[in-house]
Amino acid sequence: MLKYIARRFVQLVPVLLGVSILVFVGIHLIPGDPAELMLGDKGTAEDLARLRHQLGLDQPIYIQYARFLAGAVQGDFGISIRTRQSAIWEIGQALPVTIQLSAAALLFAVVFGLAIGVFAARHPRSLADTGAMIGVLVGISMPVFWTGILLLLVFGGLLGWLPIGSLLDQGMAWHHVTGMPLVDGVFTGNWAVARSAAWHLVLPVVTLGLASMATIARMSRSTMLEVLGLDYVRTARAKGVVERRVVSRHALRNALLPVVTLVGLQLGLLLSGAVLTETIFALPGLGRLAITSILARDYPVVEGVVLIAAAIFVLANLLVDLLYAYLDPRIRYA
Amino acid sequence: MRHLIIRRLLPLMLAVAIVPVGLYSMGYAQAQTPKTLVIAIGADQTGLDPQTVENNESGFVMSTIFDSIVNYKPGSSDVGPGLAESWTISPDGKVYTFHIRHGVTFHDGTPMNARTVAQDVDRAINPSNPCYVLARKDVDTYDDFTFGTAKDGTVAKMDVLDDYTLRFTLPQPNAPFITSLAMIWQGIMSPAATKQYNCDAGQHPVGTGPFKFVEAVRNDHITLDANPAYWGGKPKVDRIIFQIVPESATRMLQLERNQAQILADVPPSDYSRVTGNKDLKLYTAPGLTILGVAMSNDLGPFKDVRVRQAMNYAVDKDAINKGLYGGATTASQGMPPVLWGYNKSVEPYPYDVAKAKQLLTEAGFASGFSTEMIVYANPRGYNPIGGAKLGEAVQGYLAKVGVNVKITQYEWGAYLDHYRHTPWEGFAISGWSGDNGDPDNFLGDLFEWDDVAGHQRTNDNSRHHDVAYDKLLVQGRQVTDQAKRADLYMQANKLLHDDAPWIFINHTNQVRATRANVTGFQLNPLQMFFHMEQVGLQ
Repeated sequence: MLKYIARRFVQLVPVLLGVSILVFVGIHLIPGDPAELMLGDKGTAEDLARLRHQLGLDQPIYIQYARFLAGAVQGDFGISIRTRQSAIWEIGQALPVTIQLSAAALLFAVVFGLAIGVFAARHPRSLADTGAMIGVLVGISMPVFWTGILLLLVFGGLLGWLPIGSLLDQGMAWHHVTGMPLVDGVFTGNWAVARSAAWHLVLPVVTLGLASMATIARMSRSTMLEVLGLDYVRTARAKGVVERRVVSRHALRNALLPVVTLVGLQLGLLLSGAVLTETIFALPGLGRLAITSILARDYPVVEGVVLIAAAIFVLANLLVDLLYAYLDPRIRYA
Repeated sequence: MRHLIIRRLLPLMLAVAIVPVGLYSMGYAQAQTPKTLVIAIGADQTGLDPQTVENNESGFVMSTIFDSIVNYKPGSSDVGPGLAESWTISPDGKVYTFHIRHGVTFHDGTPMNARTVAQDVDRAINPSNPCYVLARKDVDTYDDFTFGTAKDGTVAKMDVLDDYTLRFTLPQPNAPFITSLAMIWQGIMSPAATKQYNCDAGQHPVGTGPFKFVEAVRNDHITLDANPAYWGGKPKVDRIIFQIVPESATRMLQLERNQAQILADVPPSDYSRVTGNKDLKLYTAPGLTILGVAMSNDLGPFKDVRVRQAMNYAVDKDAINKGLYGGATTASQGMPPVLWGYNKSVEPYPYDVAKAKQLLTEAGFASGFSTEMIVYANPRGYNPIGGAKLGEAVQGYLAKVGVNVKITQYEWGAYLDHYRHTPWEGFAISGWSGDNGDPDNFLGDLFEWDDVAGHQRTNDNSRHHDVAYDKLLVQGRQVTDQAKRADLYMQANKLLHDDAPWIFINHTNQVRATRANVTGFQLNPLQMFFHMEQVGLQ
């Protein structure tokens, strides 16, 4: 098992190397360099030349890449062109916000997705099942930017039940430990911060998690239906096991396997969805950082963000693979 | 055992998921800090050291923290006292002597006087200063614009005459110098802070202004506390928070729900939503901008002034400005009416298809011609709807006089590259936001030919070249008397109108929205949040 994990970690290296080359080449192919965008429609040709030289943009691209790589292996992505702070610092500020948002959205998606899926499978072709599946279809079909604005207008604007955007209430400061206000608030016993953070999270979490929740609900319904029709379930029922126990102990675990695969893949969706969700709800996360950095051609930050997102995605899939072995005793890694 | 874990996990997960609701019911509503003014802005600042940034968002925040040697008067681009109470200009227009205010300290306790001000300015003009801004990496600065550079021999010389007298000597008379000094980009930073943070106090700004920097959380907010000892009067609110909210719909909701009290920009589609709400107030003022469609003055049919004039007659600017720009002011010359030197007797070209056709016929293009137009998609401060929509509208009008335009759209970075560095022929969407509130910053930067160097100035992208016009611009920089300068610029504007280097489209309005209980708020043509000490909450 440990050998397997070690091998997977080694495999991470070529993946990240490939991603870094793709991103580096990709962003340099986009017309307009950072110096030009910094100056906009102002500045002289001399200003432009000075900036390009200072930023090293007058060097050949392979030299620029080699320089970047030499820093990146030491965890130094360079200095942000836009803000002149270290790129890793910029990412460090944004990452916890996205982790908190994505984790909460994933939790929401799994809990409600499973609950709806299992419920629908237990009452197939009933009115409730049809209703739930129609709801799920709507959930899958709605794009994040539309869901977000809709929820914001209804629950933030019209009804006024929930706060409109931002991490916390205005003027609220908190002691940074993990950088996630909800977690920090709970750990430091600052309930006002925890409360505010949780309340501010509701709409973004629902927005981001809705499509994943719907996908999980559909998948868990169909696998659960299949498992509930298998012989061993019939045997369990024949033995007189109560239905609740048949579902929770005998059927659910076997039905979970494809769902777990799906959850792993949903993580990629959540990371990309975070870009829009964070923009709509004014959350200072990785998605927002990615957008502003791409628009400013802030090469070091873009590289860093993409590499870290790729690493998270690969590691999450490793976790999913390990979870298989836990859920299905027939699967063993060596 | 594992079954048990899963079984137990589900209710636990459900419980975690509903924690937010539970926490809320524990008494979420709590007293807000009194007198906090929240200003919602669309993007984060990129640094708060005035000499090292040029973007609006940084300027918004810095205008509450810093004073310049001279400041703009409230609601105006005219220059008034700042850290200098008064000043004199020598008759030859080269020597500026400033009398610095007594009894003012920086937010960190450093005394503000001629010496400390000079220490800060020194990094703008002195290449041997270890913090020399022009030698720093990644820096976007107006220092060369204001003070010139040592490298090309245009730099201003600075002398401290005594503790409260500071003198600048310019190599050439340069009348816009005084307005450039008032820009927020020349705000005076405590030299102690620059030293403490190793030349880069961009995340630890220390000024003399009405508000003191407290904290900046990346992409989230910037908090500033009132400076009760401000020389311009104690601020009327205790705290200002600049909240970064990228989505305009979200910003609008925050204003309606009183989560924000001021919106830094309002899209035209939301104007009626603000004016229709008695709790909100819309502020509108002519902006310090110009928007037009530049023509290649030295290439193609556009070499003929009659063709350029015909293009101006052929486009219904009023309709475009009403329909697409929420009622922007139609342009007739090279700068906005909010500036002195604007020539009121020059009217915009009327929409007159017959006249356009007649001029085209006279120029030998009776059956029209085909040409190209380059546009960009993204909105700009001087063009809130982006270049492509304007391009399409103009294309439609020009087709009616037989001019067929092929539009090519570029991404902004590529557009700049193409627009500024290639000899394009045809049309290009062009515009400008004023930097310092001086007419020269429009007429000189955008339309002047550098006769000494023998090429157009950097931003004269239409390659406009008129010797008489250029002479007036040079004179305008040499005279320091504002009335005399205004007269020169009025003449220049008349020439420019007749020479028609662009299709003059409009001057956009500066629009902001506040809650109705915000008092003392004034728009400044420079767009910055100047004089926020006068703003209160009822």
